[in-house]
Amino acid sequence: MLDYVWLVPLFPLLGVIFNTIFGWKLKEKVVGIIGSTTIGLSLLVSILLLLDLLKLPEHHKIFELTLFKWIAAGSFAAEIGFQIDPLSVIMMLVVTGVSFVIHIYSIGYMHGDRGFNRFFIFMNLFVFAMLLLVMANNFLLMFVGWEGVGLCSYLLIGFWYEDNNNADAGKKAFIVNRIGDFGFLLGIFLIFTTFGTIDFTDVFHKAAVNFHVGDGTMVAIALLLFIGAVGKSAQLPLYVWLPDAMAGPTPVSALIHAATMVTAGVYMIARTNVIYTLAPAALMVVAIVGALTAIYAATIGITQFDIKKVLAYSTISQIGYMILACGVGAYSAGIFHLMTHAFFKACLFLGAGSVMHAMSNNTDIRIMGGLRKYMPATFWTFLLATLAISGIPGFSGFFSKDEILWQSFSSSYGNFWLWILGAVAAGITAFYMFRLVFVTFYGKLRADEEIARHVHESPKTMTVSLWILAGLSVIGGFIGIPAIFGGGNRFEHFLEPVFEKSAAIRESAMAVHGYAVEQGHSLEWTLMGIVFAIVLLGIGLAYLMYIKKTDLPGLVSRRIKPVYQLVFNKYYVDEIYNALVVQPIKNVSDYLLWKFVDVKLIDGTVNGTGYLVRFAGRSLRTIQTGFVQNYALVFILGVVLLLLYVVFI
Amino acid sequence: MIDFYLNHILTIITFLPLIGAIFLLFVNKENVGFIRNFALFLTLVLFLLSLPLYFKFDSASAGFQFEEKVSWLPSLGVSYHLAIDGISLLLVLLTTFLTPIVILSSRTAITKRIKEYMIVFLMLETGMLGVFCALDLFLFYIFWEGMLIPMYFIIGVWGGKRKIYAAIKFFMFTMFGGVLMLVAILSLYFIHFKQTGVYSFDFTDLNQVLLASKGQVWLFLAFSLAFAIKVPMFPLHTWLPDAHVEAPTGGSVILAGVLLKMGTYGFLRFCIPLFPNASHSYIGLISILAIIGIIYGALVSMVQPDLKKMVAYSSVSHLGFVMLGIFALNVTSVQGSIIQMINHGLSTGALFLIVGMIYERRHTRLISDFGGLARQMPVFVTFFMIITLSSIGLPGLNGFVGEFLILLGTFQTHKIFAIFAASGVIFAAVYMLWMFQRVNFGKLDNPENQKLKDLNWREITVLVPIVVFCFWIGVYPSTFLGKTEATVTKLLQDAQLKREKVITYENSLKKSQIEWVSNQVSEE
Repeated sequence: MLDYVWLVPLFPLLGVIFNTIFGWKLKEKVVGIIGSTTIGLSLLVSILLLLDLLKLPEHHKIFELTLFKWIAAGSFAAEIGFQIDPLSVIMMLVVTGVSFVIHIYSIGYMHGDRGFNRFFIFMNLFVFAMLLLVMANNFLLMFVGWEGVGLCSYLLIGFWYEDNNNADAGKKAFIVNRIGDFGFLLGIFLIFTTFGTIDFTDVFHKAAVNFHVGDGTMVAIALLLFIGAVGKSAQLPLYVWLPDAMAGPTPVSALIHAATMVTAGVYMIARTNVIYTLAPAALMVVAIVGALTAIYAATIGITQFDIKKVLAYSTISQIGYMILACGVGAYSAGIFHLMTHAFFKACLFLGAGSVMHAMSNNTDIRIMGGLRKYMPATFWTFLLATLAISGIPGFSGFFSKDEILWQSFSSSYGNFWLWILGAVAAGITAFYMFRLVFVTFYGKLRADEEIARHVHESPKTMTVSLWILAGLSVIGGFIGIPAIFGGGNRFEHFLEPVFEKSAAIRESAMAVHGYAVEQGHSLEWTLMGIVFAIVLLGIGLAYLMYIKKTDLPGLVSRRIKPVYQLVFNKYYVDEIYNALVVQPIKNVSDYLLWKFVDVKLIDGTVNGTGYLVRFAGRSLRTIQTGFVQNYALVFILGVVLLLLYVVFI
Repeated sequence: MIDFYLNHILTIITFLPLIGAIFLLFVNKENVGFIRNFALFLTLVLFLLSLPLYFKFDSASAGFQFEEKVSWLPSLGVSYHLAIDGISLLLVLLTTFLTPIVILSSRTAITKRIKEYMIVFLMLETGMLGVFCALDLFLFYIFWEGMLIPMYFIIGVWGGKRKIYAAIKFFMFTMFGGVLMLVAILSLYFIHFKQTGVYSFDFTDLNQVLLASKGQVWLFLAFSLAFAIKVPMFPLHTWLPDAHVEAPTGGSVILAGVLLKMGTYGFLRFCIPLFPNASHSYIGLISILAIIGIIYGALVSMVQPDLKKMVAYSSVSHLGFVMLGIFALNVTSVQGSIIQMINHGLSTGALFLIVGMIYERRHTRLISDFGGLARQMPVFVTFFMIITLSSIGLPGLNGFVGEFLILLGTFQTHKIFAIFAASGVIFAAVYMLWMFQRVNFGKLDNPENQKLKDLNWREITVLVPIVVFCFWIGVYPSTFLGKTEATVTKLLQDAQLKREKVITYENSLKKSQIEWVSNQVSEE
């Protein structure tokens, strides 16, 4: 099967081509089935690939296939080639698996939309690009996928383009991502000038052999690549596009802006782990950005009233955890959380979509309430996913988040401060998620009659998808139960070959510095207990404020008004960017560069020269009158002057 | 027969349009349909006739191919010398590819003086092909200046409101540079005579001349000025927006698609091989001007209210990349520059066609007059989107390959230049997407726009070939990169060798002078 790995991205591409050419004339159902089937086939092939990979010997679980030489110029060469190893297979499974479920959901959700066909084309194109991103065997092809998913994100955020706000949001996403891509691109340049190749295997091999820990070039490469990750994975300070991206249809938010694309940064760091491990300074930056983003976005999540916005900030915060994991060298924990997050966050978003479906596309939770009675399937699945994201023991989110928090404390790169930020963010997460559940599904429906009359459970295509994802949210963690529960962490074990170089580098570095502290299980139990207590506190507080004493939130927000306003307005970051970056650039370009430098200065000089010539010509022309008398007069005057000159001087 | 054709292929291709133009002189101007079809047919046939150039071109050979050389004015050392290498090959093909597209696109846009329009366009094609094929500098100069005349008429006769101003501005700018270049050509010609005793305008002869680096500088500057105006490089670019805004669609397409490439082609063909030392010492200045062009062009483009002006300024930005790549002087970057010349010809050409298509419908080019076209014209918007993305440099489409190679090559020689230039990638997204949004997204609230018709089959036929090549170059650029690799490698090697030769010679000269002086001192 391994030789047929190209089939995986091919199927969605065929879906794109087919629906582009024929989709306009076909029925919705046919378009939807084609769109979903192609993804289903990719999923099937990915599963077969996983089985093949499992059969390979322990430390040779890697397979490469080159299709053709893409760009070759001078010393540079890039190929279109795929690399299949445990990391890419996990990503392929997550991408195709979640996409498949969401595609099926979309058949119901997008029913009746005049852009139905366009939607499925873009979604298939997205899956194609995302698969390139995770399957590439070199940096440039990864970049192709990276930009490709950015394009699809742009197209799908602005899917309902007739509203300028949506188009604005799409554009913002693309441009902010481009800022990140700028760093990524420079990173690729530096990689090529340093190693003379951009092939993953070669680069990582050369890096591990030729460079020592703390090398300046490695730090530079790691930081440049990280700029790309910050843009794509919506971390501080480039996260601003993601909340706006909620303008897209909800399945898009679930697939692209929660489960897959936004986690590409995490994948990238994990993929390039060798370089990061060689650059502890960069790892520190990564860890700090991750931890700060986790708590920063979580605080904003508390104050939002838009169901999708809450989930968006939650996504930013959760990716912060994954980035934090990478930053403390716990790459497999990061990927583990990426996977569980894909399940529960996709489930939450699709749940939100189901709620919007019922609420005539309203997203304001203030007019919802009591929906539990009207849409039980949505409620139960949403609740299960909420338990997972809050980190309730036994649910998938618990295992992955706990692993990250433990590593952020105990790893040689970790420390108490990273841990406490993560732990507090976990409490806040539990609080805002349960706030969302309580306000949306409990109490009384607050909508007006017109909307209330239409409240209904969503169709089967949608609820089936919800149940699948909810199921995965519950059991998805069991493949990676940490050793402390006697699970042996099969997930981490499976990923080991990908990170073995990093592990070796770390071991030798630690041996040099004499760092070898074995943290005991008792400490791990204690920390876990503390985090769990914080989480329960968050849930309890949410219960108190939104079920028991519903006037409390208003009271609190009035009491701490300035702080509340600051957080509610997302710390005014958008406004600050607009005032400090966007407007100045616009004004300078318009008034200074164009209207002054270009028109007045440069063109003025040119035209001025022209006028000067014409003026000189016109002045001189008056001398040539054509009258003989005038010429005679000048002639005589000249003679007189000459005579005077000769005679007197 | 075939052998005869292949031996004279460049002459036939170059002058066939001119013969067609002469033929059209004798056709009744009322016979509009025939004139249009004839011009289209002729340029299409010419494109097919030019294809053997690609297939018979030996990629492995770095030298000039399809060479034709006949002595023309022997007493002056002028010869009729045509030949192409990898660099000119692609530009010749770009020219023969774009001309029929432009003629087809003019079907409804040009309604007056159709006969004359077709005649000057055919003359223009001869001029353009001549510039890319001529290897005798005298001949080159004739084509270079000769091509100005049809372009002058295209802007001046079929242009917009301020056509006379724009036409004269275009003419004066390029003429100014051209005259200085003539002086430089003549100096080179006389220096060659002094060194060898033979009069020759032949490039291969003149390329043998060894010039002291100081002398190189003046000649380099004279040539460069002519080429830099044509590119155009900041701050010599102000003729471009005016010329583009006033020119008819076809004129804009050819102007952006082919004429601007003559500037960058000139740098590659003449400046770098003839004056390697001067080129090397001006890397800094030219690269900085190129980077200013990239960023400045993008920023000014962003705030343009007029679609055509916006595209015109974006050209300044795109060609900044090309110049940067050429003067990074390594194979990767120069390869990128060449492919980027082609890319710019395709995507900016297509952008002008697209602007022309809505201009024909709405008779306005102001961005603010549009909005929401996506709903009304889905086919149009699909093409527009693809071309926009190609212009932004999205991987998978052509623009990316060129920009990436240019930046990568530049990064290898001057990191800081590459870093600044790479920021252009962000700005490109800003101005293109903002424009795209204002034209195509939002509500379709202007009643004028609600009546717009989507593209017809002729217009689709005009755009499809360009889009095909956008994808082709994006996915499999080897088709084109493979043809230029040998030429570029050789060109850079030769320039490097020549530069070192001059340096060694000058150092030895200095040394002998120093030795001479020291001998004098010791004798005393």
